[in-house]
Amino acid sequence: MDWPTILLTGLAGVLATAGPLVVAAIGEAISERAGVVNLSLNGTLILSAMAGFAAAVATGSLAAGFLCGAAVGAAAALLVAFAGITLRQSQVAVGFVLALTLRDLAYFLGAPVMGAAGPRLDILPVPLLERLPVVGPMLFRQDVMTYASFLLIAAAWVWIYRTRPGLTLRGLGEQPAAAFVRGADVIRLRYLYTVAGGALVGLAGPMYSLSVKAGWKGTISGLDGLGWIALALTIFGGWHPLRIAAGAYLFAFLQWLGVVLQPFLPGIPSQVLQVAPFPFMILTLVLVNVGQAEWTSRLLALLPEGGRRRLAGLLRLLRASPPAALGQTFKRE
Amino acid sequence: MDITLQDIRKTFGRVIACDRVTLAVPGGTIQGLLGENGAGKSTLMKILSGFLRPDSGEIRLDGTPVIFRHPADAVRTGVGMLHQDPLDYPTLTVLENFMSGRPERFFPSRSAATRRLRELAGTFGFAIDPRACLDTLTVGERQQLEILRLLSLDVRVLILDEPTTGISAAQKAQLFETLRRLAVEGRTVLFVSHKLEEVESLCHRVAVLRSGALAGAQVPPYTTAELVALMFGRPIVFPQREPAAPGRPVLELRALSAMDDRLRLAPLDFDLRAGEVVGLAGLTGSGQRLLLRTCAGLVRPVAGTVRVNGRDLTGQVYPSCRRHGVVFVPTARLEEGLIGDMNLSEHLLLVQPPRRLFIDRPRALEAAEERIRDFAIRGSPDSLMRELSGGNQQRALLSLLAPPLALILIEEPTRGLDLESAAAVWTRLRAHCRAGAAILFLSSDLDEIRAHSDRIVVFFCGRSSPPLDPSRTDREELGRLIGGKGWDREAAG
Repeated sequence: MDWPTILLTGLAGVLATAGPLVVAAIGEAISERAGVVNLSLNGTLILSAMAGFAAAVATGSLAAGFLCGAAVGAAAALLVAFAGITLRQSQVAVGFVLALTLRDLAYFLGAPVMGAAGPRLDILPVPLLERLPVVGPMLFRQDVMTYASFLLIAAAWVWIYRTRPGLTLRGLGEQPAAAFVRGADVIRLRYLYTVAGGALVGLAGPMYSLSVKAGWKGTISGLDGLGWIALALTIFGGWHPLRIAAGAYLFAFLQWLGVVLQPFLPGIPSQVLQVAPFPFMILTLVLVNVGQAEWTSRLLALLPEGGRRRLAGLLRLLRASPPAALGQTFKRE
Repeated sequence: MDITLQDIRKTFGRVIACDRVTLAVPGGTIQGLLGENGAGKSTLMKILSGFLRPDSGEIRLDGTPVIFRHPADAVRTGVGMLHQDPLDYPTLTVLENFMSGRPERFFPSRSAATRRLRELAGTFGFAIDPRACLDTLTVGERQQLEILRLLSLDVRVLILDEPTTGISAAQKAQLFETLRRLAVEGRTVLFVSHKLEEVESLCHRVAVLRSGALAGAQVPPYTTAELVALMFGRPIVFPQREPAAPGRPVLELRALSAMDDRLRLAPLDFDLRAGEVVGLAGLTGSGQRLLLRTCAGLVRPVAGTVRVNGRDLTGQVYPSCRRHGVVFVPTARLEEGLIGDMNLSEHLLLVQPPRRLFIDRPRALEAAEERIRDFAIRGSPDSLMRELSGGNQQRALLSLLAPPLALILIEEPTRGLDLESAAAVWTRLRAHCRAGAAILFLSSDLDEIRAHSDRIVVFFCGRSSPPLDPSRTDREELGRLIGGKGWDREAAG
C-alpha cells in the first residue's frame, strides 16, 4: 500500500475509534448542562457494551444490541437522577459507586457470552460521496454508528445553541431558579436530560463491543478507563459539542500515532507510546483552558495593547466554566 | 390591574411567614411594602408572583380569583416579579437572557429579538448592548434588562423586591422615573423595601408588614415616626454621635501606598485616635476598600508604614494584626466574615479556641446563648449562619469581636440592614469606642457616613482628601468630592 492510502485509512480509523468517546462525552455534557453530574460513565459504558453484545448475540440483531445498550445507559442515569434529584443525595457519591458497581456487574453477568462469536457492524460507504478525494475515504467509508456520531455533534450543537429548548437547557444548569421563573419545569427537564444523556452513554458501549473493539472478552475487553476519558473530555471540552469532539479526535489520533510510530522508535519502550496520549492530552487541554488562569492575565498585561487585546479575545473564546449549579438540587421553597 | 390579596397565610415549618394578610391595590398605583428584614414582604410577593403557593387565602385580579401553579402562570396572567437576587443567567448574553422564557419559535430569531429589545430599551432610555455577556453588566443594568423582559411579556403588575440594593444613585433615579411612568401607563407597581425614604419619595400608598401580619397602611403625607412605629412596633432609638475626646493615636499611617490590579493608592499620612470614628467615602473602587484591607494586613503595602499603638505592623498578615487588637469586618458577610454551614457556638470556638484538644460543648453553648442575649440575635446557638437574616448575621459577626480592641476596620456596617439592626450595630460600635477602640469604616451610604463619623475622608481614584469635619461639610460638597470635583483646590489646601 502507498503512503497516502495508509494515512487515509489510519485517519478513517481514528474517526471511528473516537466515535464512542464523542457520543458518551456529548451525552454527559447534555446531562451536566441540565445540572446533573452522572459520574457512572465508566461502569455504564462497560455494562452497556456487554449487554449490547449479549443482546445482539441472543437476537442476532445489531439494532437490538444498540437498543439494549441505550436502555442500560438510561437506567443507570435514571438511578443517578432519582438519587440526586428526588432523594437529594450526593450525585458524585452515587455516580462513583455506580461506576465501580456496574463495571464489576458487567464482568460477572457477561461470563456466559465471554469470547462468543457475535455480529459486527459493516462498513457502509455512502454512494458517490465516498469517491471524493481525501474526504471520501476518511468520512464516508464508515459504519452507520460513526455517521451517527458525526450527526450527533452537529445536532447537539444546534440543539444547545440555536433552539428555544436549548436555551432553557443552558439555563437549567446555570441558575435553575431563573429557569423556573421563566416557565421551565426544572425537575422534569432535569430527569429528561439526564436520562437522554445516559442513553447516549449507553449507545457508546455497543459501539465498542459491536464495532470498534468487537466482542466481549470480560476484564481484558480494554474498555476499563474509557468512561473516565469521556468524562475528562466533557470537562476539558467545556461542555461544548464541537470542542468535545475535537478533544476525542485528538485523543484517538495520538493513540493511533503511538501504534504507527512504534516500529520507528525501537529505543522507546512500547508502554511509553501506549500511555503517552494520556498526559499529552491533559497538557493540550490545559493549554487550551489557560485563559482562565490568573497568571495568564498578569502575563497578558505585559504585552503591548493591540496584541494583548487580540490574544485576550482568543483566550476568552477558548474559555469554559462548568454550569454554575452543577450537582446542586433545586428547591422551590 | 386591581390586585386583592385575601387572607394569605404561609408557613415554613413552625415559622409563620405570612399571617392572614389582606391587601388591596388599585391599578395604576405604586404601592410600597415596608417592613424590617424577615417581616414577610418577600414571601407575600413570591406568593403573588406564583413562586410560592399559599397555605390558604385567595388572590384576585380585577375581581377574578386566580390560582398560580407556577411563576410562568403569573406572567401569562400579567404579574411579573424582580427578585431580590437577580434570577438571570450571568454566563449567557444579554440577548439570550432576554429571549429565555419568551414564547419564541423552536428556532428563535435573534434579529427579531434584538430589534424588540432595542426598541423597548430605547423607550425607557436604557443603554444595554444585546451582545454583551450578562456578567459584564452592573446589577442596575441587569435589573433594567429584567424589567424590559417582563414588559415585553406584557405584564401589567410589576413587583420589585428590594430593587435599590447594589445600584448606583443615578440608576436609582432612572429606576424611579421608569416606575412612575409605568404607573402612569396604568400598570400596578409593588415596591418592596425596608428603606423609608425611598418608599416615601416614590410610592402613592404604603402598607407596613410586621412579623408576617399587616401592621398598618398610610397615604401621603407620610409621617416617618409613625411608619417606624408601625414597622417595629415601637420607636427606635438611634445612637447619637458623641464628641470624641481626642485620645492617644491608635493608628498612624505614614506615606502609605498600596495597589491592586485596578488602582494605586496615593501616599497617605493619617492619624486615628482612640475613641474616634472616621468614615471613608467615595465611589466603589476609589481606594477606600484598599486602604482598609491594607491596614488589616490583607493587602501588602507597596510603600510607607502602618503603626498600631506605636507598634510597626507594616506588611504583617492579618493574624498578627489581630493579636495586636486590629479586627476587620468585611462587607461580604457570608463569603469572608462567617462560615455559612457552621453555627454561632462553633464560630465562638474558632475565634477563642480553648487550649485543649476536646471541645467543652456545654460551655460553648452557654457562651453562644450569652451572645445571643446580649446582641439580640434572632436564632439559637445551633442555627447555621446562612439561615440567619442579614441583620442577625451582622450582629453575630460583631458578637465575635472580643475585647480588648484597638482598631475596628469595618466595611459597609449596615448594608442591607433594617433600621433596628442598623441602630443596634452602631450602638455596639459606639460601645467599643467608649472602651478606647478607634473605628475606620467605609460606606456607600452618605447619610451613614455623616451621621457617625467624627471626621470624613473622601477617596477619588486612589487619592484621598484631608480629613473633613462633618458638621462643617454639607452633603452637596461631599457629593462633589466623591464625584471628583474640586480636588485640585483640596489638594492645595
